[in-house]
Order: sequence, then C-alpha cells, then structure tokens
Amino acid sequence: MAETRAELFLRPIFKRNPIALLVLGICSSLAVTGQMSTAFVMSVCVTLVVAFSSLIISIVRFQIPSSVRIGIQITVIATLVILVDQILKAYSFELSKKLSIYVGLIITNCIVMGRAEGYAMSNPPIASFIDGIGNGLGYGFILMAVAFVRELLGAGTLFGFEVLPLVSQGGWYVRNGLLVLPASAFFLIALLIWLLRSIDPEQQEKS
Amino acid sequence: MSHYFDIILRAIFLENLPLSFFLGMCTFMAISKQVKTATGLGAAVLVIMVITVPINNLILNHLLKPGGLAWAGQPDLDLTFLGLLTYIAVIAGVVQILEMVLDRFLPALYNSLGIFLPLLTVNCAIFGGSLFMVERDYSFGESVAYGFGAGGGFFLAVVCLAGIRERLEYANPPAGLRGLGLTFITTGLIAIAFMGLAGMDI
Repeated sequence: MAETRAELFLRPIFKRNPIALLVLGICSSLAVTGQMSTAFVMSVCVTLVVAFSSLIISIVRFQIPSSVRIGIQITVIATLVILVDQILKAYSFELSKKLSIYVGLIITNCIVMGRAEGYAMSNPPIASFIDGIGNGLGYGFILMAVAFVRELLGAGTLFGFEVLPLVSQGGWYVRNGLLVLPASAFFLIALLIWLLRSIDPEQQEKS
Repeated sequence: MSHYFDIILRAIFLENLPLSFFLGMCTFMAISKQVKTATGLGAAVLVIMVITVPINNLILNHLLKPGGLAWAGQPDLDLTFLGLLTYIAVIAGVVQILEMVLDRFLPALYNSLGIFLPLLTVNCAIFGGSLFMVERDYSFGESVAYGFGAGGGFFLAVVCLAGIRERLEYANPPAGLRGLGLTFITTGLIAIAFMGLAGMDI
C-alpha cells in the first residue's frame, strides 16, 4: 500500500471529490441544500452509510461470488439505510419529514455503490472504512458549501438563525428568491466545479 | 379523468424528477451527450417507471401496509420498514425481466437499449418515483398516471439537454467550465424554463 492513511482520508475531499470530479451522487445531494440543517444531517447519514457499507463489504469480499456481487452490495447498503432511516424517524421526526424521500435514496446514491464496487471489493477493511469516511466528507463538503450560499442569500439565515435581517422584518437585506428555487443549486455546483478545476487544472476535461 | 391528467402534467413539468428534485442526475449527466442515446435511455426509464411504480403500489397496499396482509389472516402486521429493500428488489427484478423479454422478442430494441438497462437499477429517478408514490399515498390508478408522467418528464428533460449539448460542442467556454460545469449551467436554465409552467391549474 503506497499511500498513507491520511492521504487516503484527505484525497476524496479535495483532490478526487466524488461530486465535483467523478460526477457521482449528485442525485440526492442537491435537493437537501436549501437549508444548512438538512444538508448537515444528510452529510452525516451518507458518511455513516458509505463508511460502514465499505467496511462490511470489504470484510466479506472473499466470500462474495462476482456474479451476484451487485445484489449483495445493494442488500448491505439497503439494510444500513433502513437502520439510519429508522433511527432518524425515532429520534428526530421533524428532520426526517424534511428530508422526506432523500434518506431512502442514499441506497441508489452512486457514491456508496461506487466505493463498494471500486474500492472496498479489492482493499482491506480498515482502509475501506477510512476511504468511505473520506468520500462521505467530500460529499458533505460540497453539500454544505452549496447549502451555505443558498440559505444565507436565499433566506438570510444559517442553521435557522437569522444572520442577515430581512426587509420584511424591518432589516435591510432583500432576499434572493432565485436561490430558493431548485435551479439555483445547478448554477452553484457549476461555479464550484469551475473554482475547483481552476485551482487544480489537472481535473479539467479535454476538449 | 382530469384528476389523472393533472397528476401526469404535474409530474412532467412542475415536479420533473431531474430538474426539480435532482433525481437521476448521474445518468442524466452521463448519457446526455448525444440525442440518440438520450432518446434510448429516456424511453427505457419511461417504460420501467410505468411498470415499477404500479407494482410497488400493489406491494405496498397488499403486503406491507398495516392491514395489508388481512387477506392472509395477519391484519396487525406492519412491514413498512421493509419498504426500501422491497422496492429496490422489485426494480432490479423488473429491469432484469425486461432485459430478457426484449432480448427474446424485440432484439432490435434490445440492441439499442441494452447497455442502459442494467444501469437503471440504481437510477435514483426510478427509485425516487416509487418513494414519492409511497409518500403521497397514491391509489393504483394514480400510481399508473404518476409513473407515466414522471418517466415522461425524465424523457423530455434528457432529450432537451442532449440537443443543447450537441450544439455546445462547438462553443468555446473557459477551460475550468468545459464539460461538466457547462452542463450544469445548461440544466439550470432548462429547469427555470420548466418552472415557467408553475401556477397552471387544471
């Protein structure tokens, strides 16, 4: 193993970010970015699921026949997601209502499947676990960045606390309605990708 | 009748799965480089959604819901926690069966759709369609309409995007924006256009 644990952990956050570079897992990610609180909970859920599914799949990787591996991976992932979903419903019902179907959609999140198939199947458990956490955090990083802009400029709040006082409540800030619409997340992601790729030109696509 | 029509129109325009719920994005971005492949994929999504959403609806109402198993003498059983696992299994199963049926009876269609079919098992749009059906408590008829509308919306959006991306090949954007970044911006613009139909009531 040429790379150290720290590299394994940090690489997916910046250098090989699953969303910005590999275009994985944007499906579920953008819809929960309207508010910081939902984005945060979603990041935690995804990180937990990726890390533990990688760990479990990596432990049993020698027992899985390759012809049915996709089915087994999905079963492991789905079981973990059901656990997360039930825990959320039990301890914070409000949030689970806000996240609605997106917790369930972690099952089909390409990052989870991608790490299971691309890394955990051919690497030892501890390394897979760290790789899973790193990828979950890389996903969370983009999610929080988009949610930060959307909630701050769209509603003038962060985590529900007022930061920019709105005109409607006697303040000075006129909120930007566009950022509340789903379409704005597309633009923000595009700008973020532009930024990441300008900093690191290696990631640019060939014309 | 107009109620079903309303569900279909809402699912196509206002609640378009990729454009307003960001579902199926991975496939949406990956496959929209050419109109031809986009059409094939869109059609596959449409077909699978029309089949899986009603099937999952039947399973929910007659197997998983509290009281759903009354016909088997188990009226108190609540199996809804098994929902996620069941729906994904149904989708995987239907995709597999559809693949075999097409291969046997319509080889021409199979050859043009074939490579996309296995990918669709893990497509968030298809899975999301079933989850929305559960959340909104649709009846069987409504779920057929919803499956059709949601699949049709995906089809329309992916073909639109592919048409624009084919033209964008000739554009000369900043290096960092090339490819993925520009596609995101285009998708955002299409999403705004689809939003223009908001507020329309039938």
